[in-house]
Amino acid sequence: MNKMPQPTESSVGSCRSRTIDIVNRGLKRRYRAERRFKIYGITAIALSLVFLALLFITIVGNGYSAFRQTEIKLDVYFDPMEFKDKLAADANYLAIVKDAMRSLFPDVSGRRDKRSLYGLVSTGAAFQMRNMLLKDRSLIGQRIPVWVPADDDVDMLVKGHMDRGLPESDRRLKDKQLAWIDQLAADGRLHKAFNFSFFNNGDSREPELAGIRGALMGSFYTLVVTLLLSFPTGVAAAVYLEEFAPKNRWTDIIEVNINNLAAVPSIVFGLLGMAVFLNFFGLPRSAPLVGGLVLSLMTLPTIIIASRASLLSVPPSIREAALGVGASKNQMVFHHVLPLALPGMLTGTIIGMARALGESAPLLMIGMVAFIVDIPGGLTDPSTVLPVQIFLWADSPERAFVERTSAATMVLLAFLITMNALAVVLRKRFEKRW
Amino acid sequence: MSDSDTFDPADPKNQKTVGNIRSDNPRMICRGVEVFYADKQAIFNISLDIGKNEVIALIGPSGCGKSTFLRCLNRMNDTIDICRVSGTIKLDEMDIYDPAIDVVPLRAQVGMVFQKPNPFPKSIYDNIAYGPKIHGIVTNRTDTDEIVEMSLRKAGLWKEVKDRLDQPGTGLSGGQQQRLCIARTIAVNPEVILMDEPCSALDPIATSIIEELILELSAQYTIAIVTHSMQQASRVSQRTAYFHLGVLIEVGPTDQLFTRPLHRLTQDYITGRFG
Repeated sequence: MNKMPQPTESSVGSCRSRTIDIVNRGLKRRYRAERRFKIYGITAIALSLVFLALLFITIVGNGYSAFRQTEIKLDVYFDPMEFKDKLAADANYLAIVKDAMRSLFPDVSGRRDKRSLYGLVSTGAAFQMRNMLLKDRSLIGQRIPVWVPADDDVDMLVKGHMDRGLPESDRRLKDKQLAWIDQLAADGRLHKAFNFSFFNNGDSREPELAGIRGALMGSFYTLVVTLLLSFPTGVAAAVYLEEFAPKNRWTDIIEVNINNLAAVPSIVFGLLGMAVFLNFFGLPRSAPLVGGLVLSLMTLPTIIIASRASLLSVPPSIREAALGVGASKNQMVFHHVLPLALPGMLTGTIIGMARALGESAPLLMIGMVAFIVDIPGGLTDPSTVLPVQIFLWADSPERAFVERTSAATMVLLAFLITMNALAVVLRKRFEKRW
Repeated sequence: MSDSDTFDPADPKNQKTVGNIRSDNPRMICRGVEVFYADKQAIFNISLDIGKNEVIALIGPSGCGKSTFLRCLNRMNDTIDICRVSGTIKLDEMDIYDPAIDVVPLRAQVGMVFQKPNPFPKSIYDNIAYGPKIHGIVTNRTDTDEIVEMSLRKAGLWKEVKDRLDQPGTGLSGGQQQRLCIARTIAVNPEVILMDEPCSALDPIATSIIEELILELSAQYTIAIVTHSMQQASRVSQRTAYFHLGVLIEVGPTDQLFTRPLHRLTQDYITGRFG
């Protein structure tokens, strides 16, 4: 007490005014710090929004044109001679298409010029003729106008991705072909229509025929396997670990390892899948079944962690209430805790599935990177998945695959955004308050 | 005051309880109950009878172990991993800590109402019907309807909720929720009801309604209530037990304990010198 400094201590008034002075002096600095922090935050958000916008603009800008495909109108004549002594399925439809092309430009002669003339339409045109005829045999002997897909080079020219100003030797379309295309356009025989084949076809070497149907179905089957395996297993594991397992060293080890598994690079799961499922169990390569198995391994830790967190967030008062009226532990968990935790579990599962949908690295290891034209019809059919299809197309040299790569990315992003939105909606809707 | 009113906080083990721990017509008999949380001992050597159809109030300052003791009575402490209980607690000659005893029927016999109203996030009807359903007391809809109505009537809630039984129990007011929880407890027709500060989250009006309810229920049930309010203890209980630092200091008839306490600590507490 004696050591207290003597001066100014006596007056309470001066003491108070001094405090206020100190506060006021510091006030500006405090507000400045606050403003500075706000600016940092806004800058960070703005920056990430700019990058996001950039990503979307590039992808959409590159990809939107892939949803339309240039078509050429041909007057096709199904010559009865052609079908005289052959089955309708075996007829030479390519010849029919060539005839139709020649009839448009009767002056073209010489092997070389004819070849480049036929090159304007896609090889898919012959298949289209075949399908038309197999559907309707009465077309034999008729001459009908048909829109057939143009070759990808024509498509690129029409969409403005090819520079006419380049010297002829640097162009994929020669001067003569350009003249024919201009002629077709002038005759109204050239237009752009919605690209149904992009959604209906499997992969192809011809960009104008390549579609994502095969990859979509592959992704679908793979995700079905993943969901069926990882959701029940993950929820069961989480419920057991959180509610029933004794808390001892073993469960600690299990918990640490589950957390570690969540951080394992996905390619490692691919290696594991190759060694175990393909080499040891001898399951088929490139199959959605194996892809689903591998992705389940990858998704399981995510689901277990999310489910445990969601079980943990159920308030203890609900547990006590159930036990208090004499529910057994099992009844407490399955009647009260699990229903309340389920929305959170579903959210975690959807986010895990979204991650599995976007995964490509582990699937490369088990052969889902193969070039597969057929649309898979089951769990063991060879197939590929959307992200791997994107990878394959991004690797292809044709200019037309650039826009298809972006278009496939758009489809993939649409699925991912839908799934994440679904997770948000589920959480908002079923979140119980107590 | 006698020689026994000394209290040595360093030696709680040898503390004797003053007053009469026995009841003429006991329903639950506790002898030498001790509870440990891991290595820390929470309550020491507690012996107490809980008589048939009596309301016994457990009072004491925060952290004195009264809730811990209450939770021993229906083995609610089993849910805490690090908690160990020793001593004997008998419900009608049945040792409830006997390894052969199943806690599920025990908790049907000894129901519990918690500090914070905790209705299930389900309809009012389902809140009440849940207990009877899982115990198989009711199997058809008419019996369930009957038991729901009876329980809600006993809890004095029937008139307020009879037109909205299908609405969530969490939508009721705090006092109504707590009466819903009491109704849920009596729906399984227990013999003993444990109440852990049932009114601490409620306003005075809701509190007085619950207190009246406790008095009515005591005709049919044995009730042990933990409370922070000495007024509440004196209003609802016939006997009162005073806990201090894990030790049962004094037990006695409520009117006597509040007017002529035997122990110095009890007197200090009820006169507001600490707590």
